[in-house]
Amino acid sequence: MATDNTLVEVKNLKMHFPIEEGLLFKRQVGAIRAVDGIDFSIRRGETMGLVGESGCGKSTTARCIAQLHKPTDGEVLFEGKDLCKASKQALLKARMDLQMVFQDPYASLNPRMTAGAIIGEPLLIYSKRGILNYTRKDIQNRVEELMEKVGLSRYFVNRYPHEFSGGQRQRIGVARALALNPKLILADEPISALDVSIQSQILNLLNDLQEEFNLTYLFIAHDLAVIEHISNRVAVMYLGVIVEIADSKVLYKKPMHPYTKALLSAVPIPDPEVERQRKRIILEGDVPSPDRERVGCYFYDRCPNAMPDKCKNNIPQLREVEENHQVACFLYSDP
Amino acid sequence: MNSELVLKVEDLRTYFNTDDGIVKAVDGISFELHKGETLGLVGESGCGKSVSCLSVMKLIPSPPGRIMSGQAMLQGKNILDYPVDKIRQIRGGKVSMIFQDPMTSLNPFLRISTQMIETIRLHQGLDKIQAKDKAIDMLRLVGIPNPVKRVDDYPHQFSGGMRQRVMIAMALSCNPEVLIADEPSTALDVTIQAQILEIIKELSVKLGTAVILITHDLGVVAGMCDKICVMYAGKIVEKAKVDELYNDPKHPYTQGLIKSVPRLDKPGKQRLYSIEGQPPNLIDLPDVCSFHPRCEYAMDICRQKYPPEFSVDGRSVRCWLYKEEK
Repeated sequence: MATDNTLVEVKNLKMHFPIEEGLLFKRQVGAIRAVDGIDFSIRRGETMGLVGESGCGKSTTARCIAQLHKPTDGEVLFEGKDLCKASKQALLKARMDLQMVFQDPYASLNPRMTAGAIIGEPLLIYSKRGILNYTRKDIQNRVEELMEKVGLSRYFVNRYPHEFSGGQRQRIGVARALALNPKLILADEPISALDVSIQSQILNLLNDLQEEFNLTYLFIAHDLAVIEHISNRVAVMYLGVIVEIADSKVLYKKPMHPYTKALLSAVPIPDPEVERQRKRIILEGDVPSPDRERVGCYFYDRCPNAMPDKCKNNIPQLREVEENHQVACFLYSDP
Repeated sequence: MNSELVLKVEDLRTYFNTDDGIVKAVDGISFELHKGETLGLVGESGCGKSVSCLSVMKLIPSPPGRIMSGQAMLQGKNILDYPVDKIRQIRGGKVSMIFQDPMTSLNPFLRISTQMIETIRLHQGLDKIQAKDKAIDMLRLVGIPNPVKRVDDYPHQFSGGMRQRVMIAMALSCNPEVLIADEPSTALDVTIQAQILEIIKELSVKLGTAVILITHDLGVVAGMCDKICVMYAGKIVEKAKVDELYNDPKHPYTQGLIKSVPRLDKPGKQRLYSIEGQPPNLIDLPDVCSFHPRCEYAMDICRQKYPPEFSVDGRSVRCWLYKEEK
């Protein structure tokens, strides 16, 4: 599948967080399988949406791609190079092309730094290490240019984060991510902490920037309507695995996996007439804890279409069922 | 609507005194709630949704907060005039509340049974054993599996969705006339949110409880409510029946809100509409339309006077656009 068009390829990525016991001599008694073997790729210039409920491993996936967590197993190929095995120096270079925007604009900005210092920090770090050579003046110019790009006045450069509103802070976060001219931006729920009227401002901003700088996004959200709006392709995650990947138009028109169907039917639609006619698939129970190894389908306990013989003891693999539409479910393929 | 009037709030004003000035968190709101009806209060954070409901329950910390004026008539009696011990009988009894965060609204040190029995005994005068049976019944009603065993668990043994169910069970255990649900599903995942909203809808019909649903999610309101009040900067800017509001929003703020939300059923890559600018700071707001800096129809009069309630097609809108020609 890897072609020149592929920017990132994730192969069998696993991230297990150990559960330890004992005070002095720690021993591992189990593991939280936050990400349990996922494969997908992101093409240049597209927006890949990643949806799922809290705790399904969306953020962990993004952090593994950025190597903020060292994955337990698997490969992350960024432009063909495996970041998991890359040396420190190589990783530093790769991270220039790979930046993150975080969820909480209140926690992701250092309250003791001015907006200008925050946006310019990546440039400063890379200049100090001799990879870029920006002078103080260059950085200042670049910061002002960036602030204007994201819709902030350049006169705010000496203000501190608490002087900005939530939406403006998120713009600072976006400007910081853009500072190094990255190829890929990992946006981890960038709008879910914002008010409705501000959300659409940030979504539009991200769209504009993508066109202008030819950016690729991995866009994480739990709001399916937002994902549908911004993404070209969507991957649905459940309990650490991807259950379905498809073009966003196809996925929303013709969801295949029972979990995707339930997820889509649970989203409230702002129209009372549509709401009254809809039939909801209400899932029973809660998402199980990811602390044990699974022998069957990850969705088995809650699936309305569960088949005891097939699904309980076999793990369905992600298979291409239709063109550009991969599903991990035995309804569409035999074990 | 012909059914019985349960709660009538009139000209409620709640102000907070701060070092920087007076924050008019709720500034003259009025609404009516009938038996069995669900009213949605919609608005962005800081617009006064929660404060208006906390004021009705007299739960505003004072100081700094003060209820400046207004009435909340519960079955014909103004509960805002009640002394503390009398309002305590109302809270959790005739009016009960579900809060946003199910993780913090239960006491982590006490068993679910202890917390539920306390409320039930206080308001219904049952003895301990009867109260516990009642608690188990309520837990069964909200769909908690094996309630006989689970009633003695501690809150941390429940998941987020389950805790919110416990909150609902607790809130409904004394057959309240009014249930105030303050963003009951915001902290939950979509599939769990659907479960919780379904339970609230079902039980309010079954028990004939009137519900005030506070939320910022226009989708949630569309599926749940009969009437909607849209709030902006401490005031209700538009009141309408749910269908009318979505089919033909009158106030420019409501129009903007509805247009700015991406919709699942109408996919498309077109640009989202967005209301430019930020919600206003509520400190010392001048008495002009607070939406005018963000409004595309702003006129001179909007910058001079706050619009009164205009009635358009039987709905009320606070916007100068609907001033009748004389």
